[in-house]
Order: sequence, then structure tokens, then C-alpha cells
Amino acid sequence: MSIRTANQECLRRIDEGGAAWVDVRPAREVIPGMEEYTVLHAGPPVAWSDMCGPMRGAIIGASMFEGWAKAPEEAIALAERGRLRFDSGHHHRAIGPMSGIITPSMQVNVVRNEPFGLDTHATLYMGIGKVLRHGAYDETVMAKLRWMNHELAPMLAAALREAGGIDIKAIVAQAVQMGDEMHNRNKASNPLLLVKLAPHLVSVADRADAIRAIKFIDEAGHFVLNMVMAGCKGILDAASGIADCTIVTAIARNGHETGIRVSGLGDRWFTAPAPMIEGVYFPGFGPQDANPDLGDSAITETIGLGSLAMAGAPAVVEYVGGTPQFALETTMKMFEITAGENKAFKLPALNFRGTPLGIDIRKVVQTGITPVINTGIACRRPGVGQIGAGLTAVPLACFEQALEAFAAQRAATA
Amino acid sequence: MQPTVLQDPPRVINLGLASFAADLRAQGVAVVDVDWRPPAGGNPRLAALLAQLEDEPETPQTTEGSRK
Repeated sequence: MSIRTANQECLRRIDEGGAAWVDVRPAREVIPGMEEYTVLHAGPPVAWSDMCGPMRGAIIGASMFEGWAKAPEEAIALAERGRLRFDSGHHHRAIGPMSGIITPSMQVNVVRNEPFGLDTHATLYMGIGKVLRHGAYDETVMAKLRWMNHELAPMLAAALREAGGIDIKAIVAQAVQMGDEMHNRNKASNPLLLVKLAPHLVSVADRADAIRAIKFIDEAGHFVLNMVMAGCKGILDAASGIADCTIVTAIARNGHETGIRVSGLGDRWFTAPAPMIEGVYFPGFGPQDANPDLGDSAITETIGLGSLAMAGAPAVVEYVGGTPQFALETTMKMFEITAGENKAFKLPALNFRGTPLGIDIRKVVQTGITPVINTGIACRRPGVGQIGAGLTAVPLACFEQALEAFAAQRAATA
Repeated sequence: MQPTVLQDPPRVINLGLASFAADLRAQGVAVVDVDWRPPAGGNPRLAALLAQLEDEPETPQTTEGSRK
């Protein structure tokens, strides 16, 4: 197959993919290969010895939540002895922001790409501040985790059953026209989700429980993000494994390395050291406190949202830094490294041009322009939480390695 | 007679290093700045690989009318 034909097939599958939030279930029931002591994490595979502070903290918290350890020292001992089975969530149709830790008892969102018969899974969004994904595990965090898993999740599942699922792709399409870029700005999409969900929560739950759930989802601000991430992954997974295709189907970071996957190169990762983030810090914090880039949320950029859609979200620069002009220029630059435009996600500011879609490793290496990521900055010390937000870019080395591998594979099969 | 190029103010297109354009702008010269860099950052090995992996030219579509 020609590269052009392969890439067109990839874009077709992305265009035709769907993303519906259909269920919330325990990870062990729905995630493939989720056995006792399995710990899924964000980004490409990484060993305990190389894991960053927030990821280690989240694993400690998750181990105590599971009952595998009663104290942090016990959890660390389990990890060091090799008792915990670490793997990238990406290898299990799973995804999560920041440390992205998923263990068997955790409830996860199930998002379905119906046209391709594929389910993907994401953690439940815990809110901002001291949360598990940033490595916090004190009693307030554990209590919230228990409420989310034992009370909120069954409510959400019942509401979704009554609703018959909620179309996440349609919410994203609408929100992109309302000033969200879907990674760090969900001002429109989170309420849009809540409007669809709230009547069913009220219908299936006690009044006080429903009100608590609705308030939590509203105040969390980015509750929708995790379903969006699972939706992006489901669509991109369906566009993976196309021989001769040079389009990137995953960008993910584990706080130690950033990695990409390419449709025509199967499940291989091409990695480089995770970069630092240039951004705006919350009061009292600075670059000395920052962790290198972390989390699976760059799956939004992979599908042309996030920084690639910043032209339609000028207000996001108040959060990640820069100016509306910079946001516009960022999107325009991303068109230089993409193969097409999204047919569903359109930018009013660009005369309803679709967001840049299909990052082509050839174009990245050719131009030296790498995908920009707008992202939260995690504190390098576990448990502190988010300390700012800003911009970074996927290292060029990832694309150069992928291009070399692609050329070698093509030569071998010619 | 002086050549035109010396009579009129310069009109400049700058390719590549933005600092060249900035210096001219500082002297009041209008500059169009093109953000250009050599393919693959000037790495000959990667440039050769890119050349191998270029898209083939698109074959023009044959229409019913053109088959006559």
C-alpha cells in the first residue's frame, strides 16, 4: 500500500470513529489483563526505579486502597520486591491523566467506539488539588476515593444505563465551537456533560446523593476530560495497525520519558526523556518544584485537540500562558505537520476549518516542528498536586527514531 | 543612471534566522520573515530517508468524458 493510501485510511477511521460514555465498572471486570496486583500507569512502560514522585505516591495510595498494603512502607516494599505488576495503561485499552494509576478495584469509565466495536477505559476524575493522580494519599484523598468508587460510580452507572449512554464526541464537537480546546479548558464541555447526565442522576439516586454528585462534577471542572481521553484513545486505537501508515496514534508521558506510537509501527514506543514545562506557576511554586511532563492526556493533542485546537480557545492562554495570537499561531503551525483536518471538530475562528488531524512523523522530521502540548504542571514531590500549567513539546527524537524504524520496516518488506 | 534597486527603499524577504529580520526592522526596513529551516534540520541521513518516503505524485482521476 502507498503511504498516502494508508494515511487516508487512518484519517477515514478517525473520522468515522465514535465515543460514547456507556458505563462505569470496576477495572477488574472490564480491562483486559487486569489481574490482582496489576498496576497500570500513564505513558510508555517504566520501571519502579525510574518512576517520578507523583507516580510513586499514586501507587502507594492505590496499594492501600486495594488493601495490598496498610502503610506506605509496605507499598514501597511490594514495588521493590517486584510484587506489583506494572504496565502501561495503553497496553490494556486504558488511560488516565497525570500518573494514570489504575488498580483492579478502581471504578473506570467505559467509552465505546461503536462503529469499530472497541471499548476503552479511563479513571474517574477526582478534581484538582490533593488527588491520587498527583501522588496524594492522605486520609482525605482515600476517603474521597472510597466515596467515588463505592457511591458515585454505581450512581453514574445507573444513570448511564437509563440514558442509554452519552455521546462524548458530540459534546466535544459542540464545546470546541464554544471556546474549549478539551485538554486544559473544559468550561463548556463539563457543563454540557452535566446537562445530559443530571436528569438521569436525579432519576436513579436519592435527592441528596444526586445533588452531591452533580455538585462534585461541576466543581471538579474537568470531570469530562477522562471520558474525552478514553474516547480519543478508542478512536485512535481503531486507526492503529495500518501497514505503511506514518500517522501518530498515541502521545503519552510517564514523568520519566515521553513516547509516541505510530499506526504503521504496531505497538512499539519511540521515547525520549520527558521535557520540563514552561508555564505559569501557582503562588508559592516555581520551576524548582516541577516534575517533567507527565500523563496520558496528550492523547487529546494526538487527535487534534488540546494545543492543536488552541486557535478556538483563546481564553486558555490565561491558564497556560501566552496570548490569543500565540494560540492562533500554534494551531496554524500544527497544520504544517498534520495530514488532514478533523471533520467533526471545527474552529469558528478559522472559518470553521477542522482542527489539525493526523500528526505525520515525516512532516515533523522534515520541518523540525513538534507537536505542542498544553498541560498541567505536577509537583515533583508526591501528594502536593498541580502547581501550575504551561506548554511543552514532544521531543523531536521520538519522531526521528520512528522515522528510522519506519524506513527500515518498509525496506525489509519491499 | 542609478539602477532602480538603489533608488527605491529595499523590500526584503528573510529566510531562516529571525534575528536577521529583527536587525533590519530595527533600522526601519520592512521585512517579510519566512520561518524556514533546512529539511530534517540539515541531517543528511534523515533527509535521505524522507526522500525515500515521499508521497508518490497523485494520479489524475480519469473521468468518463476524458476517455473519449
